[in-house]
Amino acid sequence: MTVWCLVELDGDAAADASLRALTLARGLLPDGADGGGVAAVVFGAPPLADLAAYGAADVYVVSGVDGYAPQAWARALTELLGAGRGPDGARHAVVAAGTEHGNEVLAHLGAITGLPMAANCVAVSASASGGTALDLVRQRWAGLLLEEAVLEAPAALLTVATDAVGAAPAAAPVSVTVHEVAAAVSGADLAVRAVETPGGTGGVSLATARVVVGGGRGVGSAEGFAPLEELAALLGGVVGVSRVVTSEGWRPHSMQVGQTGTKITPDLYLACGISGAIQHFAGCSGARHIIAINTDASAPMMTRADYAVAGDLHEVLPALIEALRARG
Amino acid sequence: MDILVCVKRVPTVGGAITLTADSRAIDTKASGFTISPHEECAVEEAVRLVERFGGSVTIVSLGPVEAQEQLRACLALGASAAVLVETAPGVETGPMATAAALYSVAASGAFDLILLGNEASDTGGYQVGIRLAHLLGRPVATGAKAIAVTDDGSSLSASRSYRGVTETFTLPLPCLVTVKEGINLPRYPSLPGRLRAKRAAIKRIPVAATGTAPAGDVRMTRLRVPDAPRKQATVLGHGAAAVPALVAVLAEIGVIS
Repeated sequence: MTVWCLVELDGDAAADASLRALTLARGLLPDGADGGGVAAVVFGAPPLADLAAYGAADVYVVSGVDGYAPQAWARALTELLGAGRGPDGARHAVVAAGTEHGNEVLAHLGAITGLPMAANCVAVSASASGGTALDLVRQRWAGLLLEEAVLEAPAALLTVATDAVGAAPAAAPVSVTVHEVAAAVSGADLAVRAVETPGGTGGVSLATARVVVGGGRGVGSAEGFAPLEELAALLGGVVGVSRVVTSEGWRPHSMQVGQTGTKITPDLYLACGISGAIQHFAGCSGARHIIAINTDASAPMMTRADYAVAGDLHEVLPALIEALRARG
Repeated sequence: MDILVCVKRVPTVGGAITLTADSRAIDTKASGFTISPHEECAVEEAVRLVERFGGSVTIVSLGPVEAQEQLRACLALGASAAVLVETAPGVETGPMATAAALYSVAASGAFDLILLGNEASDTGGYQVGIRLAHLLGRPVATGAKAIAVTDDGSSLSASRSYRGVTETFTLPLPCLVTVKEGINLPRYPSLPGRLRAKRAAIKRIPVAATGTAPAGDVRMTRLRVPDAPRKQATVLGHGAAAVPALVAVLAEIGVIS
């Protein structure tokens, strides 16, 4: 059995979501598979230290595709999957992060090969019913609901939820063998490709920020965000908002946290004036710590947070900013 | 420009999700139904494009007979026609089978553009649009937060933000695009629109008549609501008086030194 894992890059390093995918991929290897690690697939310069730490014994570096072209990436994976089919007829797997790229590439791979694809898995194991089937648990409703399912296919195509599987390195780093492969892609595969231009977020993006200061209806107006922005800057974070804020036009949709916005996984989510609709929790439940500030102590966000401050954010935040500045 | 928009009837989820006794579906006795915010935006985008270029907007849904309610809501927003590919009550259709059923409708007309939501809000399979594109042999872009069609209607660019950069994909028409909430602000239905939608004829096709064979999709065995961490929030205090405790927590978490 070969477990392939598409590894995305964030700068020079492996993307956090891909480290989570590698962690789940490693769990698919048969017990005691010594030497047989995960086969990482990278389009670009391979982050070898990360890959060794996470148990990718073989690294396939694909050339022939310049930049992000989802169908071409999937075509390259199709070839590797075909070449990797062992004489044992064993099941293979292709794992990717449940990001926009990961889900998109694996859906193309599923369409090209006619294989089913399970998006945003949180756990996968050999099926209790035996055979080559896999039992899996995957997210529905952006994680508000879990689906238990059986996947029976010659190769399992899986993406890994970005906010539910922790990234854990292998017990010991593995030695990595790098394989250079040229993708045999057609013009049609390359026809749809990303042209990248710098975004307007000034570096720190909502999805990967370590601190997110969230604002909801309680902020009251577009102008009301000034203290949230000041605090976010002080903490080296960014501002995120609830759906009501974008519906009111106070802030653009690109800042929305939730099921139909961005899923965040910061160390701290400081939710200010957000009552906590279930769809909002779908976006922020991956935060390691949640602090809520709200005038309504019975709001879901206040009861489900780790820490709660009862009060008006327009009183608490300026006082907090002052206290932080006083500390220097 | 003739546009096809694919939508899905899903429960309106409010405060908490409860399941049916067999744990295979959401208990909808007390909930309404809707389509996902992404799909509302897909309908709005289609209506705007037809306002600019002329043409038609056809809405298609794969679902139970009750999904006509969602099709009428889309007609009220300005769509011209609606097709229901009708499934048996309580039967869930996987993404491969869904794409195959939608293909039968998509291939039956000369659509310049097919729009879908990036993912269904309930099952979240993230693949129907791409599978449909492959069946049709047409290019596809996903997750679009902006679509710009050239004046001659021959191509479009679809863009989105990813890891802090904007990705723009250029596609010739005919093509498919899946969109996300935020691409536009959907309008409210007008009164004449609602009246027209009420009277409109909806074409109904039994899914069996689409000739789509059962597909080897992932098989759901049961659903469960994740264990909510029943933790009790530590109350740090009231108003500005809570600030010293708040600062201490920030230091403990490690976001300030």
